[in-house]
Amino acid sequence: MKHLLAAEGLDRDTATELLDTAAGLKQTLLGREVRKLPTLRGRTVITMFYESSTRTRVSFELAGKWMSADVINVSAGGSSVGKGESLRDTALTLTAAGADCVIIRHPASGAAHRLAHWLSDTPAAVVNAGDGMHEHPTQALLDAATLRERLGSLDGRRIGIVGDVLHSRVARSNVHLLTCLGAEVVIVSPPTLLPSGIDSWPVTVSHEIDAELPSLDAVMMLRVQAERMHGGFFPSAREYAISYGLSEARAALLPEHAVILHPGPMLRGMEIASRVADAPNALVTDQVANGVHVRMAVLYHLLASEGADGV
Amino acid sequence: MASRSRDATGNAAERELLSAGDVARTVARMAHQVIEKTAVGAETEPPVLLGIPTRGAPLAARLAERISEFSGVTVPHGSLDITLYRDDLRHRPTRPLEHTRMPSSGIDDKIVILVDDVLFSGRSIRAALDALRDQGRPKAVQLAVLVDRGHRELPIRADYVGKNVPTARSEDVSVLLSEIDGRDAVLLRPAAEEGQS
Amino acid sequence: MSETLLKGVRSYGDGDPVDVLAANGVIAEIAASITPPDGAEVIDAAGQVLLPGFVDLHTHLREPGREDTETVATGSAAAALGGYTAVFAMANTDPVADTAVVVEHVRRAGEAAGLVDVHPVGAVTVGLAGEKLAELGTMAESAARVRMFSDDGHCVHDPLIMRRALEYSRALGAVIAQHAEEPRLTVGAQAHEGTQAARLGLSGWPASAEESIVARDCILAAHAAARLHICHVSTSGTVDVLRWAKDRGTQVSAEVTPHHLLLTDDRLAGYDPVNKVNPPLRTGTDAKALAEALAEGVLDCVATDHAPHADQDKDCEWQAARPGMLGLQTALSIVAETMVRPGLLTWRDVARVMSERPAEIARLPDQGRPIAEGEPATLTLVDPEARWTVRGAELASIAANTPYEGMELPARVTATLLRGRITARDGRIR
Repeated sequence: MKHLLAAEGLDRDTATELLDTAAGLKQTLLGREVRKLPTLRGRTVITMFYESSTRTRVSFELAGKWMSADVINVSAGGSSVGKGESLRDTALTLTAAGADCVIIRHPASGAAHRLAHWLSDTPAAVVNAGDGMHEHPTQALLDAATLRERLGSLDGRRIGIVGDVLHSRVARSNVHLLTCLGAEVVIVSPPTLLPSGIDSWPVTVSHEIDAELPSLDAVMMLRVQAERMHGGFFPSAREYAISYGLSEARAALLPEHAVILHPGPMLRGMEIASRVADAPNALVTDQVANGVHVRMAVLYHLLASEGADGV
Repeated sequence: MASRSRDATGNAAERELLSAGDVARTVARMAHQVIEKTAVGAETEPPVLLGIPTRGAPLAARLAERISEFSGVTVPHGSLDITLYRDDLRHRPTRPLEHTRMPSSGIDDKIVILVDDVLFSGRSIRAALDALRDQGRPKAVQLAVLVDRGHRELPIRADYVGKNVPTARSEDVSVLLSEIDGRDAVLLRPAAEEGQS
Repeated sequence: MSETLLKGVRSYGDGDPVDVLAANGVIAEIAASITPPDGAEVIDAAGQVLLPGFVDLHTHLREPGREDTETVATGSAAAALGGYTAVFAMANTDPVADTAVVVEHVRRAGEAAGLVDVHPVGAVTVGLAGEKLAELGTMAESAARVRMFSDDGHCVHDPLIMRRALEYSRALGAVIAQHAEEPRLTVGAQAHEGTQAARLGLSGWPASAEESIVARDCILAAHAAARLHICHVSTSGTVDVLRWAKDRGTQVSAEVTPHHLLLTDDRLAGYDPVNKVNPPLRTGTDAKALAEALAEGVLDCVATDHAPHADQDKDCEWQAARPGMLGLQTALSIVAETMVRPGLLTWRDVARVMSERPAEIARLPDQGRPIAEGEPATLTLVDPEARWTVRGAELASIAANTPYEGMELPARVTATLLRGRITARDGRIR
């Protein structure tokens, strides 16, 4: 595996391997005072974040550092990027300086693919940390890892994804990965926030959240961006919260064993009630913790084996 | 003059160095050696046995049981995965991780005995020492191996050796354990011949 | 002027081979065998097809303003090599061609290059802003004699402005060419709104944004009894609207680009912006409907929408890339591949859609004429059996953004004549 650009195209074996490695790393580091493994010593990892994001960037940084890699963060603001240097030139400059791996988050869909194309003559590995509305594969992996911990195998499990699927890279990645791992995905969304073409997705679509909740093993609440309200996608924040928000009453409709996920950051009171977000079956903090192990596993698979030198 | 017999698949035959019974007797003998050297008894802290997966782990469990049986003292044991500490990761496809399990009593200030099936170049043990260092600070570290086949590449030696087997570098020594392979044995396979599949 | 003798051609790909002699700018003689006059240039054209020179109603020559990507001169060269003898240069230059000054400059530059008749298109609204009519009359009266007006690149979205433009154009004998795209439906759009865009996370450009404007403008044109031309039709729904409008007698004509006949949004998978264009590449169903409509005549002609772009505007992430593709030198081959090879068009029909109909729509008296004695020797010679590989770097345009890079295509223009003068022969400009 040279890059991780998307959850689409990951086969079941590779996905399972990554999740198993993440679980192994989590178990290895459990209880240790010295949270450091020498495995990626001497490897240089550069994070290029063209969208601000503290949580994901810190997660990747920790992942690299806990594996003893040298991690450098480049953010769009104060660098040559702000001065108009193209993505392509920035990437080539950084790899010429010696990066073994570039982790990119960018507002344009396809940015990670283009980056991999421009770097194809170099040994550098590319990890997609979120490209526009397209994919966020490590998010899907950490969501799957969290679900596996609580539910065991995902075969036959019914997982609901609720909210703005049209603009969500988290939703796209999760649909690919969850169906690949054998789960059934149910999408609940107002019609205006569904992509045209969703009929070709291997999912069930519903506009009635109450009807779906009792049969779900897990529900993933997507955040609703304020900008969407100005695009006329739904009449008001209030109507959205009433129709699609996971209120306390709604959360009670879930089966006992069911769990709640959210990619963060949460808009409490909008897509999820505050008390629901803090309930024991809401696994947001688990997701964040698993994020570091999953990202360590990704770096391990890309950088610590034969073929890691682009061979 | 040694004749080379062939097994059913047409490969030059492997030789059984230790039978199942031999393995059991060897482990028992090693257990007695550990008891003697570490003075396992009512007043001393027992050593902690950590097996290096894959086969070092069940070996460590067996050895710990034998020691407990002969001495009457419970000996803690666990496993120590060295995959993330290996120095040869980049030369092979991705290696899956194995299991690390520290006994609840920990390893700080205790005698830790690393247990492995075959001692060869010594690199695995070196990786194990690195891994151990990140887990805590033992009072002392010793090494027990079922088979020492020579050809060390590092200054590492075992404290307890089940059987010394001089080998050619290209030969292959395999330890089979019932927990993993369905039976107990130690086999020596000759170097692959040219023209053989 | 010297004479040119084309030996062994088949006019419109029909009938027995003939020799055609061009002298003094006209077709002097057509006969089974003609002896070459002294000093005449002889082109051995055995097996080749003779067509009237192609007319492109939709080209971007980028001058003034983006001469780093194309000039009237380099665009003219690309046109001549592609078999074109007349091109209509769209108004979205910098400055915009919304005054007599700019259109006259473009016209003069075309005359100076002398390879193809360059007809500047005037903007419909000032600055293409869609708010105020530009001085259509002055542009029509100018030396550029503008007879086609378009805000291409932008849609004339205000229905009142469009109505006024249609009415006003009647007095000028002109046609309004609409880039049909309701802007409120395509805010931030990057790709055809459909399965591919949904999968790739690209904002959608719905077919309804084109179809709703086409429907509206056909109704406005009918009420104004004015002539309307629809640029780069891209959806099967638009074809249905056009069929309806023509059935009820609306004076509407429509063009389709070669890229919409051949390429679909499957090409977007690698996010290579060479495939980014406005209107976007659509589905296979749309491409098929467009091809059938072109054969049927509901779509009147082929127009290239030749759109040169600098490397840095294409070799970047999709969102940042500018839309558009080169088209002048590959048009004939794409038409051969998508229409002639499957039997949807004969070479006679190719003459209709690439020369006669566009000349009619633009009301050009000396283009798209029959191949007959006395007619202008404005001709294109095509080798239907040739095959060639497209290389952006080898094309005459300064820019190299062709989506057909590395593709092997059928048919090739071997010679182009403009009023008897050879402007291109065997891949070289004269």
